[in-house]
Formats: sequence, structure tokens, C-alpha cells
Amino acid sequence: MSSGATALRCSALVKRYDRAVVAVDGLDLEVPVGECFGLLGPNGAGKTTTVEILEGLLDPTAGEVEVLGMRWKTDERALRERLGVSLQETHLPDRLAVGEILTLFRSFFTRGRSPDDLLRAVSLEEKKSAWYSKLSGGQKQRLAVACALVGDPELLFLDEPTTGLDPQSRLQLWDVIEEFKKGGRTVVITTHYMDEAERLCDRVGVVDHGKLIALGTPRDLIASLGGQEVIEVTLADGPLDEAAVGKLPGVHGVRHVAGGFALAADPLHVALPALVDHLRAAGQTLERLSTRHATLEDVFVALTGRHLRD
Amino acid sequence: MTDGPPKPRSALAELTLARFRLFFREPSAMFWTFGFPVVLAVALGIAFRNRPPEAVYVAVEAGPGAEKALAALASTEVKATVEDAATARAELRVGKVSVVVVPGEPRTYRYDETRPQARLARLLVDDRLQRAEGRLDPTRVTDEHVTEPGARYIDFLVPGLLGMTLMSSSMWGIGYVIVELRTKKLVKRMLATPMRKGDFLLSFVVMRALFVLIEVPVLVAFGWLAFDVRVVGSVLLVLAVSLLGALAFAGLGLLVASRAQNTQTVGGLMNLVMMPMFVGSGVFFSSANFPEAVQPVLRALPLTALNDALRAVINEGAGAGAIARPMVILGLCGVLSFAAALKLFRWL
Repeated sequence: MSSGATALRCSALVKRYDRAVVAVDGLDLEVPVGECFGLLGPNGAGKTTTVEILEGLLDPTAGEVEVLGMRWKTDERALRERLGVSLQETHLPDRLAVGEILTLFRSFFTRGRSPDDLLRAVSLEEKKSAWYSKLSGGQKQRLAVACALVGDPELLFLDEPTTGLDPQSRLQLWDVIEEFKKGGRTVVITTHYMDEAERLCDRVGVVDHGKLIALGTPRDLIASLGGQEVIEVTLADGPLDEAAVGKLPGVHGVRHVAGGFALAADPLHVALPALVDHLRAAGQTLERLSTRHATLEDVFVALTGRHLRD
Repeated sequence: MTDGPPKPRSALAELTLARFRLFFREPSAMFWTFGFPVVLAVALGIAFRNRPPEAVYVAVEAGPGAEKALAALASTEVKATVEDAATARAELRVGKVSVVVVPGEPRTYRYDETRPQARLARLLVDDRLQRAEGRLDPTRVTDEHVTEPGARYIDFLVPGLLGMTLMSSSMWGIGYVIVELRTKKLVKRMLATPMRKGDFLLSFVVMRALFVLIEVPVLVAFGWLAFDVRVVGSVLLVLAVSLLGALAFAGLGLLVASRAQNTQTVGGLMNLVMMPMFVGSGVFFSSANFPEAVQPVLRALPLTALNDALRAVINEGAGAGAIARPMVILGLCGVLSFAAALKLFRWL
């Protein structure tokens, strides 16, 4: 994040399908070299379209794209040599072995990593001679990422790399990505998993309806809610006096959630006693009360009123 | 981190290798390429094997002179029975007998003159009866029986099956496979690498060309060993014709696959292209059976050209000069379809 060079820049990006459908609606982004940048948003928000434009696989309807200081129109081959791409879904050939697939992809690049090195990097050494069809979902996804790493890229695009994976496989894949980040290289990742973005990304951009609606570090975005903690309350009787609760010390916001209310709170040890005192004074009975750390999910809900998976 | 000494093979070599691996690991592809033509050749070879000449069946209408005629007819060539008029007529109608003989003066032969078998039967019957009644032939004759290898149905069939196999394996092996790669987004995935588009397409062509070197010897050897179908002309020329044919159909396969977005569409398109050629290009029977008016169309079809050239070399021992015309048709078909396919090809 510190070198100052820009890995990726796009401005006023628009992608329209058949005039009516606007997938990307005026998007500006700048990703410095060495950053892990996350594009966050629900399904259909325009994440994949945006990424595929940045990857040079789709032409934008309007707008400028600059990758590693180059343009797709004039420098496609040079760019492809320096980029790693993992698409949202890739079905590699069922009857090719893992090692054969990596060797095939390696042959497309003039320089890159050896298949054996990559197999180690994604912990698939033992599957080298197994057919693609015999791999589990997590192994297939790790192989897809290995294919993206085969040209030893400076910039890595991962489109929903962990969607549909079990927790164990997600952790393994995160390790691979973190290992790649250590080399000071740039990653652009799309996801609708908030924990994934918080864990991996230096900065995230939240996308909804093809527009960037928030941009910052996960910490900053969560802090923008006004509180790092969330108190979830369900009352046995009557509604919560939102105005009064909102003014309690340590409470920075109140919103409805399914079955009750969520309070942005900071610090928790001030807000919680104040809330309990308020309820006792109002003669109201608690049915349920819980606290948790605020997540990017809360940020998204606060921004759009909807959940990411809706 | 980066590669050590083992120099990676070129992208074209790796892509071609992958095509070969995928083919040999797909049992159904293997069957349609190698098994199916062999099964067809065996089945048709048995159905149309050369048999001793069949006897002709004749009914003699009951009445005066019937028994005498029956005695005169009885031989290995003619099987005759005496029937009453109604039965004889019925047997003639269903084709159980070819001719009904009505004895008398004049003697009547009743038969369907549009059926070659019936005309043959009439001649045989008349010949036998006239001789029995004392006809003398002015010239003495002797018969010499021959069966010429190269003129049997199986000799006609094997080159046709070879042409058909070259067509369908080129079309399926390229058209279907490319569309499948496209629907699985594998083409898109590979385009996200520095792979050259030309290498991708060329790998299919190289694969087909190399494949001819396996496909043709297997079928030709089978025809030779199982049915004694010999290559009268040059084996190298057979290979050269096959290669040109495979490339022409590779171009057509690519053209058919250039825009199709799913495998059903491309399957339908391929049948649309291939079906007329299965019927009209002389795989199973000579295309000369079709009316004169459609002959120019049939002769311009690439499979007709391929089959004609293969038959000329395999059955008649033709040299390269004699098959220039079909070779030009195949070459043109290949060049034009490749050019059109490259113009139309949808990469994503």
C-alpha cells in the first residue's frame, strides 16, 4: 500500500447490456500496488462484470481502464503475461490430471512457476496424477487458483474463490491467498462473504446496483457505523423507544432487524448498563439480549437496508 | 520460484497433447471412431456377402401339359411347382414366384417386367422349355465363372466407410468439442492467459491430421484382414487423400461450431450438414442411383469427393492425376470453411 504505484485504475466505468440492463453504472476505482482489494456486494450487484472488464474479457460500454499502467486495446498480450485470473466458475477438463492441467496452462506463459512448485503452494501434491473429475470442490477451486498463479502474476484476480466451499476448504484457500500477498503483489477479490473480506482485504469497495456505495478499510467502514459492537435486543412486551435509546451513552445508532433491534454500541461496557437501566425504568422485559462484533454485513445493511445474501 | 531447466513444451504442443489425452480417455469417442465403422463393415459385409446364384421360383398353372413342363424345368437353377390358377396368381403377387407358366398353345408367361429377377426367370424358363421341346442352338457355348476382388460390395463399402468416418470424427471431434469447451467457459478461461487464439484453433487441426495416421491404417488393415479388401493404388496416396478430407471436414466442423452456444445446437447443425452426405455421397450405395439432375450437386459435396477419390485409389489404383478434381473440391471446402469460421468465431 505504500509504494505509491497504481496497479489498477478505472474511471466512470459503465457496462450496459441490451440498452435496458445496466450492470455497471459509473464506477471509479484505484488500487495501489501491493494491496488486497475486495469488491463486496450481493449477487447481481455487478461485481463479476466489473472484474471481467478489468481483466480485459469484456469491453466496457464507457469508461477508462488502466492495468499495471497499460491499456487492454494496445497491450493485451503483455498484460496477460503479468496477470493471474480465476473466473467465477471454471470447469477444467474432467479427464485431464491436475499436473497435466497446470503444465498446459504453464505453456501459455513465457515465464512462470513450475507445476510442482504450484502444487506445493496449493497443497495438491498428492493429487498430481488425479483426474480433475475426481477432485472435491475445494480441491478444484485450489487448482483454479493455482492455474491463476502459473504465470507468477503481479496482479491476481479472484472472482468469488470460496463460494460454495466448506469452512475447511475456505481456510486453506485463504492461506494460499495470504501467501501470495506476502510477496507484495496486488490482489483483487470479489466475494459476498463478509468474513472473507475482513480477513483478507486491506480495503473493500461495497457495490450495489453497479455503483460503489462505500469504500475504505474494513475497520473504517465498521467504525463508520459509530460502534464496533452490536447489541441485539428482543423485547417481550411493547416496542423499544428508539429515540430515547439512541440517546443513551455509548449507543450510536438503532435499527430494526428481524425479531427486534440492533444497536451500534461503543464502548460496550457503557452502553449495556445504560440500556438495561433504561428498560427497567420503562418497565419493559427483555426476552433476548446478545452482543457481537460489528461486521461488514452490518455496514451493508446500514447502507442499503438489505442483507448481502438477500 | 520460477522454472528450472526443463524447458516447457510450446503451447501448441501442449494443447494438441491435451486433445489427444482427452480423446483417448473418452470411451464413447473411441467407439464412434474405431468401433462403429468396424461393426458396420462386419454387419454389411455379412448381409451383402457374395452367395452362389439364387434359384428362380416358378409356378406352373395346373392343366394339360403342366406335368411335362414341370419335368422340363426341374433343375438347380429353377424351382417349379404346379399350382391351381388362383394360388399361382397369389404367389406371383406376393413375390413368392417370379413367373407363372400357363401351358398351352401359345404358352403364356405371366410376370412383372419391371422386376429384373422376373425378367431373368422368364428367360431361363423359356430357354429350358424350348430346349426340352427340341430347339437347337446354332453355336456351342461354354461358361467361365469369375469373382473379381475389387468388384464386390464390400470393396465398394470399405472406402465409403473410411470417408464417412473421416467426416464424422472430424466434425464431432472439432465442432462438438469446441462448443463444449465454450459452454464450460474453458475457452474464456484460456483467453484470460497469454495463449494465442491461433494456437488454440491450430491444435484441433494438428490433432486431426495426426489422427488420420491412426484412423486410416486401422480401417484399411481391418478391411484387408477381414474381407480381403486390397488397396490397389498407393497407400501413401490413400493417406494423402484422407488427410485432405480430414482437414476439409475440420474446417466444416469449426464453421459449424463458430457461433453455437450449446452442444444441442451444434449437434443439430452437424446432423443437418452430415445427413445429406451420409445419404447422397455414396457411402452405402453409389450416388449414381440418384437422378441426373441432382448429380452436379452430389458431386460438389465434400464427402462425395472424398469417397470418389478413395475408391479410385483403393479399388482402381488411380494415381494422383486421376483424382485431381475431388482433391480440388476438398481443398476448396477446407480453405473456404476455415476462412468463414475464423470470421464468425465467437470466443466468449
